[in-house]
Amino acid sequence: MVDKKTYDLLIIDDEQVIIDAIARIAGGEGFTVDSSLSAINALKQIENVNYKLIITDIMMPEMDGFQFLEELEKRRISVPVILTTGFSTVEMAVKSLLKGAIGYIPKPFTAEEILSVIYRGMEYRRIEKELKNNLFGKKNSSIIYVPCPPKYYRLGHNSWINIDNEGLVFVGATDLYLKTIKSLKKIELMKFEENIMQGSVCAKFETEESLIHHLLAPLSGMIVEPNYKLIDEPLLIEKDPYFRGWLYRILPSNLEAELKNLSSCSSDRI
Amino acid sequence: MLQKIGIKLIVAVALTALVTIGVFSYFQTRNQKEAMIEIVKHNGTQLSEIIKMSLHDDMLLNQRKHIYKLINRIGNAGEGCIKKIRIFNKAGEVIYSSDSVDIGTKVDLKDENCYLCHAANKPLEKVPASDRTRIFKSESGSERLLGIINPIYNEPSCYNSACHTHPKSKKVLGVLDVTFCLKLADQAIQKNQFTNLVLAIVSILAFSLLIGLFVKKWIDKPVKKLVEATNRVAIGELNQPIDYESKDELGILARSFNNMMKKLAEMRVQLFQSDKMASLGRLAAGVAHEINNPLTGVLTYSSFLLKRAKDNPELQKDLEVIVRETKRSREIVKGLLDFARQSTPKKNKIDITEVIQNSLSVISNQLKIHKIKLEKEIDADLPQITGDANQIQQVLLNLIVNAIDAMGDNGGTLKIKSEKISLIPYGVKQIKRATCPKGHNLMDDEHKIDGMPSIKLLAKSGKNEGFVHLDPIYGRHQHHYGIQLKENEILKLYCPVCGVSLIDEEEKGPHCGAPVYKILIPNQGTLVGCTKYQCSWQKWDYIDSKGQQDYVKIQISDTGHGIKEEYLNKIFEPFFSTKGQKGTGLGLAIVWGIIDNHNGKISVESKVGKGTTFTIQLPVNELT
Repeated sequence: MVDKKTYDLLIIDDEQVIIDAIARIAGGEGFTVDSSLSAINALKQIENVNYKLIITDIMMPEMDGFQFLEELEKRRISVPVILTTGFSTVEMAVKSLLKGAIGYIPKPFTAEEILSVIYRGMEYRRIEKELKNNLFGKKNSSIIYVPCPPKYYRLGHNSWINIDNEGLVFVGATDLYLKTIKSLKKIELMKFEENIMQGSVCAKFETEESLIHHLLAPLSGMIVEPNYKLIDEPLLIEKDPYFRGWLYRILPSNLEAELKNLSSCSSDRI
Repeated sequence: MLQKIGIKLIVAVALTALVTIGVFSYFQTRNQKEAMIEIVKHNGTQLSEIIKMSLHDDMLLNQRKHIYKLINRIGNAGEGCIKKIRIFNKAGEVIYSSDSVDIGTKVDLKDENCYLCHAANKPLEKVPASDRTRIFKSESGSERLLGIINPIYNEPSCYNSACHTHPKSKKVLGVLDVTFCLKLADQAIQKNQFTNLVLAIVSILAFSLLIGLFVKKWIDKPVKKLVEATNRVAIGELNQPIDYESKDELGILARSFNNMMKKLAEMRVQLFQSDKMASLGRLAAGVAHEINNPLTGVLTYSSFLLKRAKDNPELQKDLEVIVRETKRSREIVKGLLDFARQSTPKKNKIDITEVIQNSLSVISNQLKIHKIKLEKEIDADLPQITGDANQIQQVLLNLIVNAIDAMGDNGGTLKIKSEKISLIPYGVKQIKRATCPKGHNLMDDEHKIDGMPSIKLLAKSGKNEGFVHLDPIYGRHQHHYGIQLKENEILKLYCPVCGVSLIDEEEKGPHCGAPVYKILIPNQGTLVGCTKYQCSWQKWDYIDSKGQQDYVKIQISDTGHGIKEEYLNKIFEPFFSTKGQKGTGLGLAIVWGIIDNHNGKISVESKVGKGTTFTIQLPVNELT
């Protein structure tokens, strides 16, 4: 059996300029890049080639990004996917994460922004692989990441919410998300009384490699209290992401409707 | 021409009149004619009797000469209308006649004049007077004549007389035949006929004319107006109501038509608006999507270059400009996308007073420049509302800028008023559960009104039976009746499951005094409504007292030039502008869209030369 050829990245977009731009930037960082102008072709390519990460446009003729995701799931192909679109609305962001994409990046993006997402995707892939190996008992089992506690809700594998007794909601980043960031250096938070919106950026995480990762808010609402401790001690979020490492306490504005876009952490465990 | 309903009616009425008046006139004329002839016959018979009496003695004495003389004299009297006097003997021989030519001639007893009495072998002796008369044409055929035959009976003085001419056994000795002209009677009859005919024609014409006038006034004109109105609707003119005030059916039709036009106009505005906003949204979304791809090329390459140009400060500086400006373009496109995509405002709890203050501070300089006085009447304790602060601010700014434009450079007063109001949820609140007194569910998911499950009831009217689906919106009246009903009919309503009556005979609706129906709303009291068909009265005490909906009302008034009445219903339409090249015609359309997306209402009042007031109502808690 001949080993399949392996690429780091598969870029799917119906516009060549996007493929070229990402390939140029990723190539500059030493990643090997393959591309496809349509999702249908990409599915054929996947049969013969291994990819570590896929970046795909959403709005494409014949098969769009969401259908592509579903197709991958059907075929039990577990390659992490990052979605991108020029129709950059918050709904697109929310839907992308809900459908299982590990990241979402609106067009147009800068070189830094796309690189941050690619690095995070690669890290995600590494963790997933490690997890698989653990399952097959190849390594001594050690907890690789902590899943979010029951009764919490999460937006994709990015952020979580926890509704407290007073009707306020705690918002934070999941452990898996933080693990994909690797070396966290600084957290940039929004201010008291500012509004966050489901699917839009609510916090920026800067790493030692000076990559900036954007965290998408799981819920809309007004910030009642940012977790100021994180400014002085950013690593608190890595130590205790679900309790002491929360980001904001917010007053939700549309809890009932937006809850539909979140996944329940309780059901993750069944 | 004959297709016109008015003409059809006139023709129908004229035909009816023609038949009735015609029949009436015909019988009238005939009766009059018969009566006239009867009188003439009667007179003739009497005259004939008188002649017979006058001749009696002369005949007895056989004074023939005297008889001739008398007959001649009488024959010449009567202005020539007594045509002939003849006396026949038994054998049908003329023995006396006013016309001497006839004397001695013999008539055939088989002649039809004689036939009546001489039909059988033995001649009849007694024949009624009416049968002894005959009407016939004169020989010249120009006039009608009446002949009267008067039999001369045998009597003792005849057979006892000395001459013994007549035996005792003979009953009838001869006949006296008198012939009259019917000239006068015929003239009178003709005159009568003519008068009747003229009267009939005149009354038919008068009848038709009157009906024609009424038809024109009551049917033709309103129908014409209705037709014109439908034609106007067909070409899309919905703001000209039919000007016809009457209580008749056509008046009702005109009013329903006006009502329909009003509703249609409102719906058209809504639909048009939604449609325009939707296409605008699609356009902007398409543009944004298309522009974002090339922008990605620019941004990625420039930012990539910037990263690699760290040791070339000059190049770096230039590249920074490209990256910065591309990022700016990105924000503009994002704004465009957000601007067009208002279907989901980014809602948060917002303090409306703060939004008003922010808007005013943005615009304060403009107010000073245009010498506009600002009057504020702001309730500082307004409750927070759920909404998108940016969008609401956009609305306020748009309206304030419009107000400034309307006042021009001459200055004026801008008034901003805010307050909390409470409105009864009448016509708004949806009934989601309803049962009969026995607890059977009345909600019908299959039959929806406006997309909402309706309340299904069994209705009876006389022998008819059918289902009535009540509008689930409290106070709204879009019920669906599955049963034929007359106007103002009082319905009998039952639970469709168990048949229990839902009517409370003791309680009467306040508007028409008809009994009320009562439907239980689980945990939320009772819905009471009037049973009279087409009465829209409903009451739901629980919701009226508890479920009052709080609104924040904001009014922005100016003392500017005002808006012409014909423009008032157009100003919220996209691309409608009175500002010419200065405006895009989108401002108020977007305002409308934003308020609509906040489940609010916006309305406008304006008087040309006096000023304009925009009123916005935003719900404090979103309706569920």
